[in-house]
Amino acid sequence: MSQDSLLRVERVTKAFDGLVALSEVSLEVRPGQIKGLIGPNGAGKTTLFNLIACCLAPTAGDIVFCGRSLVGLPPHRAAELGIARTFQNVQVFPGMTVLEHVLVGLHRQAQAGLVACALQTVRLRRTERRLREEAEALLDRLGLLPWAEVPVETLPFGLLRRVELARALAVRPKLLLLDEPGSGLNPTEKQAMSQLVRGLRDEGITVFLVEHDMTMVMGLADEVAVLDHGALLCEGPPHLVQRDPRVVAAYLGEGDDA
Amino acid sequence: MTARAWAGTWFLAAAGVAVVGAVELAWPGTAARLTRGLVSTDLLIRAGLFTVVLVGLNLLMGYAGQASLGQAAFYGLGAFASAIFTVRAQALGIPASVAGAWWWPWLVMLLAAVAVGAFALAVGWVILRLRGHYLAMATLGLGIIVYIVLRENLGMPHLNLTGGFDGIVGVPRLRVGGAELWPVQVYYFVVWAAALASMALGLNVVHSPAGRALRALHGSELAAESVGVDVGRLKAQIFALSAALASVAGSLYAHFQAAVVPDTFGFVPSLELVVMSAVGGMSSIWGAPLGALAVLLLEQLLRTHVLGLVPAVSGELEPVVFGLVLVVIMMFWPAGLVSSRRVQGTAWASR
Repeated sequence: MSQDSLLRVERVTKAFDGLVALSEVSLEVRPGQIKGLIGPNGAGKTTLFNLIACCLAPTAGDIVFCGRSLVGLPPHRAAELGIARTFQNVQVFPGMTVLEHVLVGLHRQAQAGLVACALQTVRLRRTERRLREEAEALLDRLGLLPWAEVPVETLPFGLLRRVELARALAVRPKLLLLDEPGSGLNPTEKQAMSQLVRGLRDEGITVFLVEHDMTMVMGLADEVAVLDHGALLCEGPPHLVQRDPRVVAAYLGEGDDA
Repeated sequence: MTARAWAGTWFLAAAGVAVVGAVELAWPGTAARLTRGLVSTDLLIRAGLFTVVLVGLNLLMGYAGQASLGQAAFYGLGAFASAIFTVRAQALGIPASVAGAWWWPWLVMLLAAVAVGAFALAVGWVILRLRGHYLAMATLGLGIIVYIVLRENLGMPHLNLTGGFDGIVGVPRLRVGGAELWPVQVYYFVVWAAALASMALGLNVVHSPAGRALRALHGSELAAESVGVDVGRLKAQIFALSAALASVAGSLYAHFQAAVVPDTFGFVPSLELVVMSAVGGMSSIWGAPLGALAVLLLEQLLRTHVLGLVPAVSGELEPVVFGLVLVVIMMFWPAGLVSSRRVQGTAWASR
């Protein structure tokens, strides 16, 4: 495999109590690309994301990010290494404002231990001011500034997806994992989301995304990988993948006799 | 800017505490006379001690969302550490020049807090992996174990360090230089200084990156981890902080009561702490003093004013009425008397 890959998934298998969710999956994500991951329900897409984010450990195989193995690391270490994610079912912090969500995302930068926090050291307060400015700048970029002081539970779903994205970007990721960024959004919001993701790629953030909306993923991704029943079916540019008979069969629910 | 938004309220509270203390100091018994025996310096001191414990408990339960049904154990460990190392100093081989010095009990208090915090850190590392009911059960078990260990003389009856069922009597008063911090009207200032300090500490944590991370992991551990919050470590740290605060309160209690018995630190006291936390409002540092005061006042009110109206009942009625009042409070103020979050209707209305 090429040296310049940002993320390499090498023959990864994941079994839950004997039930194989992923079997011998290998793929790579190159820096600066938008890579799509598609497949029917239950194909193992979210499982793969959870493995990359270190929320799960593979049963066999290796996952290499920036030249180092992620296997065995706790999830917060994955974030420290530069992997940020959003969730299929939006995961927000109830009772916290939009701004606070981004500030939690900037947590790693605060570098503040519990003791420093309890004593509110001068350095901490300076850092806090700087983080607040940075958070506001990020919200401004995502068009969320008007809602900065609003508790998230009062926001419509479309905005929650953007809040999650803002929180993930606060980590300053090298690799952004987006789990169905378009689901639950109306066509206009989907278009805005695509625009946003393209903008992030142009700034140098590599994006790996799971998406069910074919129009969205085919229009957005530079390369697409297809999972079916826990195995990699095929990989390649969107226009080729779309016409691959195996992919068509998988989506039509046929056998693999194609 | 926002980090010190609480400062005004805090100074107001401190001024209130000082005024009440000054009045009691100048004219002892004024509070009791004005309230027909409801409020006494004694009650206020207890409220202050519980405030210290509750600040830690609220950070742990209200902010981090981790249940503890064994908090009285840490309170007890602090109390017994102070009692053992002052009363039994000679038996432990501590030279009289050290054990007799005015600063010795203060040093014991500090070291006990550090040791209890370290103990909680180690235990928390393991049990805080559990969630919800399982964590509640584990802390409950921890509380019971500590209680039994204190009652059974740390498993070394021949040394008789904790005094078993009877506990330890003759714990000395605290001193500064040659001055004894006594009578109660003076000790009140010591306890409430600690209470106000712990509140300032708690408010600082709440309005800091750590406080945000705590609330975040309460909402979604998955999402908090995904942005680099070391959830396991933070939970263990806050558990340790809450334990250390409880330990300090326990030490102050030992020097106040001059005697400690294991029964003060068993399962029921742990539950009482949770009740105070819930009544005051778990997700607020201000809930700590209010919860402690509200519950202590309620107990005192039942004892002195209400139960006397019913002839020929034993003390058994007290917990019954107390329980009923708590049910009513939880029905109409499910988030406690003070809540930092707006509650979406009451539990009653949301049915």
